[in-house]
Amino acid sequence: MSNPASSNPASDTTGRPPVALVVIAWLWVLVPFLYGLYSLVVKIPALFG
Amino acid sequence: MAAASGRPGFLTRERIVAPPGWSRWLIPPAALAVHLSIGQVYAWSAFKASLEKGMDIGGVASALPFTLGIVMLGLSAAVFGTKVDANGPRWAMVVASSCFVAGFLVASLGVYTGQYWLVVLGYGGIGGIGLGIGYISPVSTLIKWFPDRPGLATGIAIMGFGGGALIANPWTSSMLTSFGAAASAPEVDTDGIALAFLIHGVVYAVFMSLGWLLIRVPAEGWKPAGWEPSAQKDNAMIGRSNVSAANAIRTPQFWLLWIVLCFNVTAGIGILEKANPIFQDFFRDSTPAETLTAAAVAFVSVLSLANMLGRFIWSSVSDLVGRKNIYRLYLGVGALLYVLLTLVGETSKPVFLLCSILILSFYGAGFATVPAYLRDLFGTYQVGAIHGRLLTAWSTAGVLGPVIVNAIADARADVAGPAKYTPAFLIMIVLLAIGFAANELIRPVAARWHEPESTVRGERTEVQT
Repeated sequence: MSNPASSNPASDTTGRPPVALVVIAWLWVLVPFLYGLYSLVVKIPALFG
Repeated sequence: MAAASGRPGFLTRERIVAPPGWSRWLIPPAALAVHLSIGQVYAWSAFKASLEKGMDIGGVASALPFTLGIVMLGLSAAVFGTKVDANGPRWAMVVASSCFVAGFLVASLGVYTGQYWLVVLGYGGIGGIGLGIGYISPVSTLIKWFPDRPGLATGIAIMGFGGGALIANPWTSSMLTSFGAAASAPEVDTDGIALAFLIHGVVYAVFMSLGWLLIRVPAEGWKPAGWEPSAQKDNAMIGRSNVSAANAIRTPQFWLLWIVLCFNVTAGIGILEKANPIFQDFFRDSTPAETLTAAAVAFVSVLSLANMLGRFIWSSVSDLVGRKNIYRLYLGVGALLYVLLTLVGETSKPVFLLCSILILSFYGAGFATVPAYLRDLFGTYQVGAIHGRLLTAWSTAGVLGPVIVNAIADARADVAGPAKYTPAFLIMIVLLAIGFAANELIRPVAARWHEPESTVRGERTEVQT
């Protein structure tokens, strides 16, 4: 995945952005995060009960 | 660290220079993989009751791994900060993951063999080193990838540290229950606790691997498409020069920021530390007894959410309004909110909730915005190392906040209702006012502390070739 040869200035517009990798990476962290968030949010109604 | 073949070693910075087209939006999930994991430390309480019952230890002993972990976090961030900047984020993430995971494995062995000191050494000592190195590992890299929005980038990562406990709390509790090791069981199976530690270690090893596999540093000269440094919003506080970590701690700006962070954190901990009893003392008369306990638990949950979201929201806002202005909000409005809390007391639950939520959101935001403030003042050259040294303010506040609130609450044990907390809240107001004054005194760093461009460029060239 890495390419050490690219020492020349780069910008976002060159090359091909790894879209699938971006989606997988965000799902990797968001799924457990949303599980934790859900477990927390379900407790909140008791505050107004 | 080059390999024998001539190819740079796997952990070196040269090996992770991003190829053209590498998306910078891969860097926040890499950082989150580490921060969501090490944030587990705030869910240590999920293990406490089971350990106390299963290993026949007291409350002080069961808190030791957590306390040592937080102390080690501050110390290792300060001691290894320079090494993290020098060796790069992949090295730092691998070391952090190894220590954090080893901590769980040693703790598992400790519970299995009945040697509690191994739990303290493993989770608190070895794991604590992983916390410190892991906390600072992605910060300078994120700032370099997001020069246009450093507050947003560090806000995402540091929100992850708050979110780590959100994941770990229910996960750990359900695991302990499944293994017959929940404190509510008639008899706690210590092998179940050992197994839970072991599984935590293995799962976090896999989860954190995303971080060190994905992390990349931008190529020299890289900048976001369409962004020009010269077009950056004119702000006198944002310097263009770099200051070394050794010189940074000799500047008044570093110590003023140290006071700002320390007192902002202390003020937040003032509520966070005793959120459950504070809520019960404020609303004992107006809430039915059967729902008071559940409502207090919900109040703690709301504060956790505010603490986490504040890291992301306010830190992102700081990119628009400037770091000095946003700390004026955290400290100045924070002090006013404590005044309102003291005056309104139990008479208005909505005002009480609003004040508490905002105070906690400012508490979390103080952590998340500080790396960007450091970048503005000292540049990106050794910002990770400087951040590591600044985290000693957190360690200090972690002791100061609970000591103030608990000492006053204990001394006023015979006082009923909100009045029990009035002196503690007044101290928080004073601390926030001092923090506000310290923030006002922060000016751009004098030119005599700036590193020569050749030194900064020389080191960058060395790692790029």
